[in-house]
Amino acid sequence: MAETIDLSLFVEPGDAGASHMTLAVEGVACAGCIRKIENGLTKLPGVIDARLNFTQRRLAVDWRNDEIDAARIIEAIEGIGYHAHPFAPERADADESAQAKWLLKCLAVAGFAAMNVMLLSVSVWAGNVSDMTQETRDLFHWLSALIALPAAAYAGQPFFQSAFRALRVRRVNMDVPISIGVTLALGLSVYETAIHATHAYFDSAIMLLFFLLVGRYLDLAMRRKTRLFAGNLASIKAEFAHRLDASGELTQIPVAALYPGDRVLVRAGERVPADGSIINGASEIDESLVTGETLYRAVRAGATIYAGSINVSGALTVRVTAVGAGTLVEEVERLLDKATQARSQTVQLADRVARLYAPVVHTTAALTAAGWLIAGAGIHDSIVIAIAVLIITCPCAIALAIPAVQVVAAGALFRSGVILNGGGAIERLAEADTIVFDKTGTLTLPEPRVDQSADIDPVVLEKAARLALSSRHPLAAALARLARERSPYPGAVEEPGQGVRAVIDGKEARLGSANFCGVPAVGHSPNGSDASFITFAHDGAAITIPIRQTLRPDAVPVTKALRARGLYLIVLSGDRPAAVAPVAQQLGIENWQGGLTPAEKIAKIEDLKSQGRRVLMVGDGLNDAPALAAAHVSISPITAAHLTQAHADALFLGDQLKPVLQAVAISRRAQRLMKENLALAAIYNLFAVPLAIAGLATPLIAAVAMSGSSLLVTLNALRARLRPEVSV
Amino acid sequence: MNVLVYLVPVALMLGLTGLVAFLWSLKSGQYDDLDGAAVRILPDDDIAPRDISSR
Repeated sequence: MAETIDLSLFVEPGDAGASHMTLAVEGVACAGCIRKIENGLTKLPGVIDARLNFTQRRLAVDWRNDEIDAARIIEAIEGIGYHAHPFAPERADADESAQAKWLLKCLAVAGFAAMNVMLLSVSVWAGNVSDMTQETRDLFHWLSALIALPAAAYAGQPFFQSAFRALRVRRVNMDVPISIGVTLALGLSVYETAIHATHAYFDSAIMLLFFLLVGRYLDLAMRRKTRLFAGNLASIKAEFAHRLDASGELTQIPVAALYPGDRVLVRAGERVPADGSIINGASEIDESLVTGETLYRAVRAGATIYAGSINVSGALTVRVTAVGAGTLVEEVERLLDKATQARSQTVQLADRVARLYAPVVHTTAALTAAGWLIAGAGIHDSIVIAIAVLIITCPCAIALAIPAVQVVAAGALFRSGVILNGGGAIERLAEADTIVFDKTGTLTLPEPRVDQSADIDPVVLEKAARLALSSRHPLAAALARLARERSPYPGAVEEPGQGVRAVIDGKEARLGSANFCGVPAVGHSPNGSDASFITFAHDGAAITIPIRQTLRPDAVPVTKALRARGLYLIVLSGDRPAAVAPVAQQLGIENWQGGLTPAEKIAKIEDLKSQGRRVLMVGDGLNDAPALAAAHVSISPITAAHLTQAHADALFLGDQLKPVLQAVAISRRAQRLMKENLALAAIYNLFAVPLAIAGLATPLIAAVAMSGSSLLVTLNALRARLRPEVSV
Repeated sequence: MNVLVYLVPVALMLGLTGLVAFLWSLKSGQYDDLDGAAVRILPDDDIAPRDISSR
């Protein structure tokens, strides 16, 4: 039965019978790949254009509907040697890239104006100490106004709009003092120019906008980069379901296009695409991603199964139920709601500073004006000095201090395999003093592996592994990983639910259950270990290969290094205590618990929080999602359940646990740099503000102080790039 | 200081030209794929083979 693929969810109709689709492409590494893919596709009849964006690793294809279709294009890319995954563009994506473009435009305008106004200003400063006439100076000031006023009106929009929004709901954010400062500075400068005064502050106001926009843009660029990568991963991981039509026809459709009531076929070795109840078939399912339980559960018609479980043996027909209809999912959703609401809104460093900042600055400026008035200065002079205070304290360095570090740290984290969901996670990661680990799929590898300690002849093992390539069973998949020869034996036949057989060296070989191989079953070993067994029989001899959940290769040194950094480690697992104990013992973690429900996990975390601990939760199962949301900060491996990933602050890639250690190390370093930067900005104010209050802050001093401090904090932020020595 | 009469407009025009050029490049999508531009210059397949061999 040929199965058709329905990709209509991803295809955007173009004009005149043409269509467009975006694909996330895996494995593009060099210029050759771009050429191979683009040339290979444009050669196909019907393909109008194919363009690979190397930065985003995304391919945009346009084609004519009457000559080729989406499935054939994906096939063609597979034929060229790359995996392409259709990509559903998100609205948030488009919004963010439009905003990035707008910010870049504002930045360009501010940069142009800052350079040209500075050109005029430097001439005035030089002229003031030599022989410039008043007329020339006025001309230069008017020219500056001509450039600065429209430029500020355009480039200042991001700040004015944000300040206005904040004021409308009676709040004050960092943009309020910025907007007031810039407006007053420009207004004052126009007035000063009109009365032929020596000083005008056009350059300060515009330069301020320029530096602030740099900070804004960096912040947005970081968010876009992580979102982009996460979007690609999501489409690479996106799964397809086999939907059964009323006529019994099979269609392969993206999981996102499944509706409650659809019937889907789940073959052995496949992941269950959606929650549902079994209407036909019997099998064993692996629910380790859902509950953390590593023993398989036997299911038959009528049983409820959850998305993310793996069907181990027989084929199942499943009726998709509405999301949340299952008891477990329902409970998880309910707990999630509660946990998300309860998550104390941690106030970020930048917001704390902003909240403190605006009142202090405005009070200082007001006091300065009052002070000068009392001291006998004229109204005009007092106001000029007060505005100089506002300008010089404008938070250039502060606005750059935090985003610059976040961008650099996020880049460093990215290179160590950690993807952040947001910049704020860095601060919370740095604050963590307790780490709660889930066991299954977090401390252990997501898939079971062959127990290497078992004494098996490597030649026999290689044969068994190569035979395993022909099976879809999860245990066989673990064995197949070891095969050095990656081509399956010709003529291998899989007997569903039993095993595979093939003829090797003229003799029949069998791999599968003990029964299938004709030897007595071993069963679970008596010492309570969690190994499963697969039997291989060839040439009259049979061996039993133990396969078990194994720790991530670097789990022991990483947990040791985490402890050395003063973190308190805990294991909370949904798996049986008997399966958790050996893992905890191996890692030297004394505080562990097994057999926990999602609600119990949350309770444990709340308990730790009430002791004043800041908990970093690392987990992957659906049952961990509420705990991840309740914790101070959370990390998931990339293999985690979808819902769980959505509630994690960061994701890590690969088989190693080391990214968790690096996330902590880099965040702590970044946190230190952010504080250093804020201190630098404060020191700058300590020198500049008294000068301004004393009425000595000329535009020249303001310009030097502002750009100097901004450069200083940016350079300091770059130190977050240097990798801290993370030794495992 | 009569030189200012044309020097100032020239300076402003130069600056504006730069700004317009940047906005144009932004609009025409030249910043959409920064890493791609760096590697796309490497393949020579847009040049006929004899041109390469004659070098």
